[in-house]
Amino acid sequence: MVSNLNKQLKDFKERFIEGILMVSGTVTTVAVLLIIIFLFKEGVSLFGKSPLENNISILVNEKNPLTAITAAQIKDISDQKITNWKQIGGADDSIILVTINELSTYYTDDQLGDNLQFVPDKVNELVGKTPGILGLFSTKNLGDKYTHKYLSIKDITIGSFLFGKQWFPTATPAAQMGILPLILGTLWVSFGAILFALPIGIAAAIYLAEIAGKRMRNTIKPIIELLSGIPSVVFGFFGLVVIVPIIQKLFHLDVGETGLAGSIVLAIMALPTIITVSEDAMRTTPRLMKEASLALGATQWQTIVRVIIPYSFSGISAAAILGIGRAIGETMAVIFVTGSANVIPHTLLQPMHTIPAVIAAELGEVSQGGRHYKALFALGCVLFIMTFIVNLIVQYIFSKRKHNQV
Amino acid sequence: MKKVMSVLLAIVVTASLNAQKLTIKGSDTCLPLVQKEVEGYSKKNPNSSITVIGGGSGVGIAGLIDGSVSVAMSSRSIKMEEKQKLMDGGKTLKSATMGFDALAVVVNPANKVSQLTRQQLEDIFTGKVTNWKEVGGDDMKIVVYSRESSSGTYEFMKEHVMAKKNYAATVLSAPATGAIIQSVSQTKGAIGYVGLAYVEKNVKALSVSFDGKTFVKPSVDNAKNQTYPITRPLYYYYVSTVEADLKPYLDFALSAEGQKIVKEVGYVPVK
Repeated sequence: MVSNLNKQLKDFKERFIEGILMVSGTVTTVAVLLIIIFLFKEGVSLFGKSPLENNISILVNEKNPLTAITAAQIKDISDQKITNWKQIGGADDSIILVTINELSTYYTDDQLGDNLQFVPDKVNELVGKTPGILGLFSTKNLGDKYTHKYLSIKDITIGSFLFGKQWFPTATPAAQMGILPLILGTLWVSFGAILFALPIGIAAAIYLAEIAGKRMRNTIKPIIELLSGIPSVVFGFFGLVVIVPIIQKLFHLDVGETGLAGSIVLAIMALPTIITVSEDAMRTTPRLMKEASLALGATQWQTIVRVIIPYSFSGISAAAILGIGRAIGETMAVIFVTGSANVIPHTLLQPMHTIPAVIAAELGEVSQGGRHYKALFALGCVLFIMTFIVNLIVQYIFSKRKHNQV
Repeated sequence: MKKVMSVLLAIVVTASLNAQKLTIKGSDTCLPLVQKEVEGYSKKNPNSSITVIGGGSGVGIAGLIDGSVSVAMSSRSIKMEEKQKLMDGGKTLKSATMGFDALAVVVNPANKVSQLTRQQLEDIFTGKVTNWKEVGGDDMKIVVYSRESSSGTYEFMKEHVMAKKNYAATVLSAPATGAIIQSVSQTKGAIGYVGLAYVEKNVKALSVSFDGKTFVKPSVDNAKNQTYPITRPLYYYYVSTVEADLKPYLDFALSAEGQKIVKEVGYVPVK
């Protein structure tokens, strides 16, 4: 009787623990899914939107022969690189750009009204009497008073977002949302980082796994693992103060903040992962295999190269890819050292900007729900897809490793 | 026992009602000044509780619009569209000037150039001029540093010096004023801009001319007598509903004592 009760109690306890495990697993999965859904929901809503801020219309005088304009042209007009309508296929007349902010130079505050209630009338009047005008006003400023002509503008598409070459998300009145420089910057910096981190990391792992004595290993390994506990902003400032001037002198550059500096800082940050994971992989080499190799007369070096590295190859690859994952997603360290210039990079010795750095630098400022905000989420989606591909590769390699062991 | 509890509860509740809880959020340029002002104010009014948070002028004003804060500090005047959003939310905007800040254009100390006109600055920051020899210096590439676009300094430079033109794509952006000082001090061809209070010995501040004739050095005195052209007001923006709560603090900040703090921090007093 008593033992039966005990058994029931035990059953209940086990089921209870199982329940807790299940709940925490489900909650985590749901949370992750919600975050991903949120990211993509916000990001995808960018496409099909006008590159102009919400509800802004492009107004011109009836005499203007154009029917459409591009975002790049509007930016060039506001930068005064384009000053005449004939440069974009219109009549020979200089362009007069007017937005709500310029309206006060044409009309006094009294004329516009205390609560801006006369703005629609004045906008309509101004467009009507100015043949060269390019007016950018929100529908709110137009009310139902506007009677003149509109220009159309092409919406932001996935193609123009991914392959656009200019990233000026805060440019007024027309933002430029092309992320090609950022994608390439991210790839350059991450690729450079792995180029440095991999050879050094594997060398250190071999040393720790096979060559170093027990005492040496027990001192060095904790120190390396300590590296991953340092806040990344510290690495960033270290890079700016130490690595950037060295690069500048070494390559006789005008500016030391380059993709290379970012790669080196990221390499240092990726090292602990690469060393720990690949060392663990090497240490799983069965003792029998090592001893068999040595018994056949192979030297220690031959054993390392011919037995241990091939055996742990998939583990080393996984280490490399985890390292890349870390490098692609890193934010604060690169923000300091890569120079954050939105240009398409051609070499590692140029300033460049990476996707995570852009998100970190700009998300704090954006107005929620705006077009810049959505563009940053779309950038997040691109980064998510990039790291997702890296993860798929890791999984593929791990599954291959299991296959090898059988 | 119950009685004691309810009395205690009543005391706690009234105490927390009496203390003013205000949050001032916004410009990193204003941050050191407002922190000092709040410190000085709290010493005199130990009951008050004012929290100061940075993040950028845009962040502070966005907070005003979405209602998460009731006071914003800003190193630029509020934009028309931001004002409109506030009005749409049924809020009435009030403002006060806390002081003035002069923006210094800084170069590496090894640079021969010591003065530039507004037009030259515009050409440099928009990427039209790319070599120092075009503006009277050595044959050396110009490396332009800017702040991130969330910075009020970024907008101010664009509106006040660059005639609202966009920065060149090649401009390097630094995450903080300290990073600009560090980069300019170690890069020979560098040019950047920082608040006057941040100018250090390892960078050189340029004299600037807006009329092309008289060049004025950035200094507190020149900013105060309005001869130095790149000067901007620093504002408190708040919604009318907190006016009564904020008034004692504003009175302090604009008093002789408060304005003394403005000077100590390196900005230019209003009076």
